Amino acid sequence: MTSFPWLSAALLLPMVGAVVVALLPQAAGQRSALPKQVALGFSLVTLAVVAYIGIAFDTSPATGARYQFTETHDWIRVFGAHYALGVDGIGLTLVLMTAILAPVVILASWDDGDNGRWGANSFFAWLLALEGLSICVFSATDVFLFYVIFEATLIPIYFLIGGFGGAKRSAAAVKFLIYNLFGGLLMLASVVGLYVVSARSSTGPTYLLSELSKVPIDQNVGRWLFVGFFVAFAIKAPMVPVHTWLPDAAEEGTTGTSVMLVSVLDKIGTFGMIRFCLQLFPEASRWATPVVLVLAVVSVLWGALAAIGQNSMPRLIAYTSVSHFGFIVLGIFVLNSYGQSGSTLYMFNHGMSTAALFLVAGFLIRRRGSDLISDFGGVEKVAPVLAGTFLLAGLSSLSLPGLSPFVSEFLVLLGAFAHAWWWGAAAVLGIVLAALYILLMYQRTMTGPTVPAVAGFTDLNTREVVALVPLLALIVVLGFFPKPLTSMINPAVADTLQQIGAKDPAPAVPAQAAPAKETP
Amino acid sequence: MNLAADFVKPDVQYGLISPMLIVFGVATLGVLVEAFVARRSRYLVQTALALVGVVGALVATVLVAAGLSSTSGSSGRGRIAVGGAIAVDGPSVFIWGTVLALALVSVLLFAERTLEGGVTAFAGQAAALPGTSAEREASTQGLEHTEVFPLMLFSIGGMLLFASANDLVTMFVALEVLSLPLYLLCGLARRRRLLSQESALKYFMLGAFSSGFFVYGIALTYGFAGSMNFADISEAVSGRIGGQALLLSGIGMMAVGMLFKVGAAPFHAWTPDVYQGAPTSVTAFMASCTKVAAFGALLRLFYVAFGAARWDWTPMIGIVAVLTMLVGCILAITQTDIKRMLAYSSISHAGFILVGFVGLHSVTGFAGSELSSVQAVLFYLVTYGFMTLGAFAVVTVVRDGGGEATSISRWAGLGKESPVVAGVFAFFLLSMAGIPLTSGFSGKWAVFTSAVSGGAWPLVVVAVVLSAVAAFFYARVIVVMFFSDPVGEGPVVMNPSILTTIVIAVGLAVTVVLGVFPGPVLDLAATAGQFIR
Repeated sequence: MTSFPWLSAALLLPMVGAVVVALLPQAAGQRSALPKQVALGFSLVTLAVVAYIGIAFDTSPATGARYQFTETHDWIRVFGAHYALGVDGIGLTLVLMTAILAPVVILASWDDGDNGRWGANSFFAWLLALEGLSICVFSATDVFLFYVIFEATLIPIYFLIGGFGGAKRSAAAVKFLIYNLFGGLLMLASVVGLYVVSARSSTGPTYLLSELSKVPIDQNVGRWLFVGFFVAFAIKAPMVPVHTWLPDAAEEGTTGTSVMLVSVLDKIGTFGMIRFCLQLFPEASRWATPVVLVLAVVSVLWGALAAIGQNSMPRLIAYTSVSHFGFIVLGIFVLNSYGQSGSTLYMFNHGMSTAALFLVAGFLIRRRGSDLISDFGGVEKVAPVLAGTFLLAGLSSLSLPGLSPFVSEFLVLLGAFAHAWWWGAAAVLGIVLAALYILLMYQRTMTGPTVPAVAGFTDLNTREVVALVPLLALIVVLGFFPKPLTSMINPAVADTLQQIGAKDPAPAVPAQAAPAKETP
Repeated sequence: MNLAADFVKPDVQYGLISPMLIVFGVATLGVLVEAFVARRSRYLVQTALALVGVVGALVATVLVAAGLSSTSGSSGRGRIAVGGAIAVDGPSVFIWGTVLALALVSVLLFAERTLEGGVTAFAGQAAALPGTSAEREASTQGLEHTEVFPLMLFSIGGMLLFASANDLVTMFVALEVLSLPLYLLCGLARRRRLLSQESALKYFMLGAFSSGFFVYGIALTYGFAGSMNFADISEAVSGRIGGQALLLSGIGMMAVGMLFKVGAAPFHAWTPDVYQGAPTSVTAFMASCTKVAAFGALLRLFYVAFGAARWDWTPMIGIVAVLTMLVGCILAITQTDIKRMLAYSSISHAGFILVGFVGLHSVTGFAGSELSSVQAVLFYLVTYGFMTLGAFAVVTVVRDGGGEATSISRWAGLGKESPVVAGVFAFFLLSMAGIPLTSGFSGKWAVFTSAVSGGAWPLVVVAVVLSAVAAFFYARVIVVMFFSDPVGEGPVVMNPSILTTIVIAVGLAVTVVLGVFPGPVLDLAATAGQFIR
C-alpha cells in the first residue's frame, strides 16, 4: 500500500471543487455551462481516484487487512478525536456508490440549478460539498470525526432542498433539518457518554474505533449509548415511525437532491448501524434485536403500503425507499452473514436503482411540469426510450431476478429465514407489494391513451441517456455477476460478525421450512 | 474599639493586579480627557486611549499568566493578593484574558462612525429629551458622547475584579462597578431613544433589586461564617459550624444576585428588553463580556466558598439550568425581533453553561485526562463570547431608513441582496445551534462531557432535546434570509468602516478556528487549572 493519502484526496477533491465552482463568476442573465462542466470534471476525477482505491483494495481474506488505506492523525487531543480514515469492504462499497452517483446526478441535473434561488453555481457547489462529506463519513474510523461529518452533511442538503425545490421547499427543508438534528443530538449524548467511558478505562480518552472496541462497556451504559446511536441512525435511514421527513423532502427537492439524499445520505444511517451500533455495542445489539426487527418489518410493509397510495412520484419513490431501508435494517440485525452481506449489497444496489428511478421520474416531471401520476398517461407512445428506462429502473426497484437488487434482496430474505422463518415470511410480503406499487405507477403514467399534455413530449436527449446508462448497466451487470462487490464485502462482514460473537446457523436450516433455531 | 489599631495595611502586589490597575487608570485618564481636551479631537483621543488601555491590560495579563507559580497544598496555580481580597489564579487570568480580548473588539464596535453617517451610535446629547428641539440641535451640531469609552473601561475594570474577587465585599463592589456604567450605556442609543431609556431604567431597577438580594445574602453568609473571606467561608461550610438556615438562605440570596447577572431563569426577564433597547454595540459588549465575568465570579463563589456545600446547591443549579434552557429555547421561537431572539438565545446559552457548571468540580475523583467542568465552562465562555459579539456586530450593519432593521421579517431575502453578510450571520447562527465544525459545537461538547462525567445524565438529555428546539429558531432566521423573497424595499447592508469589519472578521475567525481546532484553547483552559483558596 502506498503512503499517498488516497482517501483524503478522494474527499478533498470534491470539496476543492465546491469552492472553485462557488467562486466561478456567475454569468448574469445567460446560462453558463462552465460551473457545470467544472463540477462534472471534479466529480469524474474523484471517481477515478475512488476507482483506483477500489482496484487496489486487497480483497483476499488472508493478506488484506480489515481497514485499508488508513490514515491517522491527532486532531483534538483533549477530546481524544483523530482525523482517522480507512475503508473496509462495507465502507468502500458505499464510497464507490457515492463517487459513481455524483457525476450521474450532476449530468442529470444539468439545468436544475438554473431555476433555483441562487443559480447553478451554488447548486453544484453544494452537490460537490455533499459528495466530499459523504465520502468522509463512509471512511471515518473515528467516532468523533464520523459524528462531526454526519452532522455537517445536513447543511448542504438543507440548502439544496431549501434553495432549489418546489413551492413548500422551505418548510420541507426545516422539517428535514429538525428531524435529523434531533437524532444527531441524541447521538451526541451517546458520543459524549462514549468519551466518558473511554476516559475512565485504561486506554484514556479516545474515539478511534480500533481502540474503542477494546474498552469494556458496562451492560446498562452500553444499552443506553446504543439507543442514542440507533435512534439517530433510524431517523436518518429512515425507519417507521420517524420517516415522515423523507417524503416531504423528496417531493420538494429537485430529483438530483433527492438522489443524493435517498441514495447516499440515508445510507449513512444503515452504514452507521453496522459500523457503530453492532461493533461498539454487540451486547446491546443482541438485546435490541427483537424490537429492531419488528420496526424493520413494519417499515417494509408500511413503506410499501403507503407507496401504493401516493399520487406524487417523488413521494412514491421516497416511500418505496422506506420499505427498502426496512429490508436493509432487517438484514443487518438478523446477525448472520447472509443478512449482512445482503444488506451491504442492498445499500449499493438500492443506491443505483433508486437513483435511476428518481432521475427518470425527474425527466418526466421536468417535461410535464407536474409530479402527479394522474397528470400522465400513455407516455410510452411518445417517448419510448424514456418509458423503457423507467420500466427497467422500476423493475430493478421491485427486485426482478436478473437485476442486481434481486441478489441482495434474496440474500437478506435468506438471512431473515435463517434467523427465524416468520421474519422472512413477513418480509416477503414486501416484495409482493413492491410489484404492485411499481407496476401500478408504470401502468398509470406510461400505458393507456396518451394524455394531451403529454403528447408533445420529446424523448430522452443524449445527456439524459448518458447519465442513465452507467446506472442501468451496473444494475444489469451486477445482477448477473455480483462477485466483485461481494468479494469485497464478505471479509468485512465476517469480521463484524466475529466481533459481535454471532455465528451463522447451519446452512441446512433455512431449507427446511420448519422453525429455525434462534441464533445465539 | 480602636479602629486604627485594628487596621493592617494590606500588602498590595501591584504586579499581579496590574491589568486592573491599567484599565482603571486609563478610565480615569479618560474622564480627564473629557474635561480638558477639545471636543473635536476627543473621539480620536478617547478611542486611542481605550485601545491602548485594553491592549496594555491584555499584555499585563499575559505577563501575569506567565509568572503564575503553583501554590503549595493546592492543585491550582497563582496566589492570593491584596490582603486576601483578590485571587490571581489560573481561572482568574483566563477570564481576564477573555474579557479583555472581547473588550478590545467591543471598543472597535463602540468606535464605529460610518454607519450613522459620521457619528457614533450613541446619543448626541443624552440629556436632551427625545423629540425636542434640543435633541435636533445636538444632532445637527454632530455632538457625540465620548464618555462612553471611559464608562466602558470602568465596566471592564469591574469585570476583571468581579471574576477574581476573593471576598464577599470585594465581589459586591466589583459587581456595582461593572454594573453602573452599563446602566448608563444602555440608555445612550442615538435612535429609538425612548426604548433605550426604558431599557436602561428597567436594567437599573432590576439590577438594584438583585444587588439588594446579593447584599442580603452576604450578610447572612457573614452571619454563618463570621468572615467575608472565601477561604474562611469554605472552612466554615465544611465544618458546618453555625446555623444551616443562615448558610442556605445566604447561598440562595447570593445565587439570585449572580443568576440575575448571567441572565438565568427565573431572573432573566430583563434580558430581552435590555438587549433590544440598548445600542447594539453595548448589547454586544454586555452579552459577551458581562456574561463571561459573571460566570467567572459564579464559578469562584460556588466552587471556592461554597464548594463543601455542593450537595446543597447542585440540585438548585440543576433546576435553574433546566428552567433557563426551557425559557431561552422556547420563548425564542416566538420572537419577531432579531435582538430579542439573540437575547433569548443568550439566555439558553447561560442554561447550557450551567449544565457544565454542575458537572465535576474538582480534579480529585476522576481520571486526570478527563475534562474538568472549570475547563469546559471557561472554554464555552470563549466560544460564546466571540460568536455573540460577531452576531450582534452583523446586526448593526443591516439597516433601513430608521436605523438598524431589527425585525426578523425585514431580513427576508438578505441572502440574495448580500450573500456574504447573510452567510456570515447564518454561520454564527449555526454555531449557536451547535452544528459541528463551529465553535458552538466544541463548546457544547465540552460542557455536556463535563456534566456526564459528573453524573448529570438527565440534565444532558434535557439539554440535548432543547438544543434541537433551539435549532428550530436559528434555522427559521436562515430560512427568512435565504429562502424568502424580500418584502417591499428590503433592508440594506451598509458598508461599515474597517472597525466593524474587523469585529465581524474576528468573531468569524474565532468561531471557525475553535470549531475545527479547539485543542490549543482547551489546553489553555486546562492549564488554567483550578481555583485557589
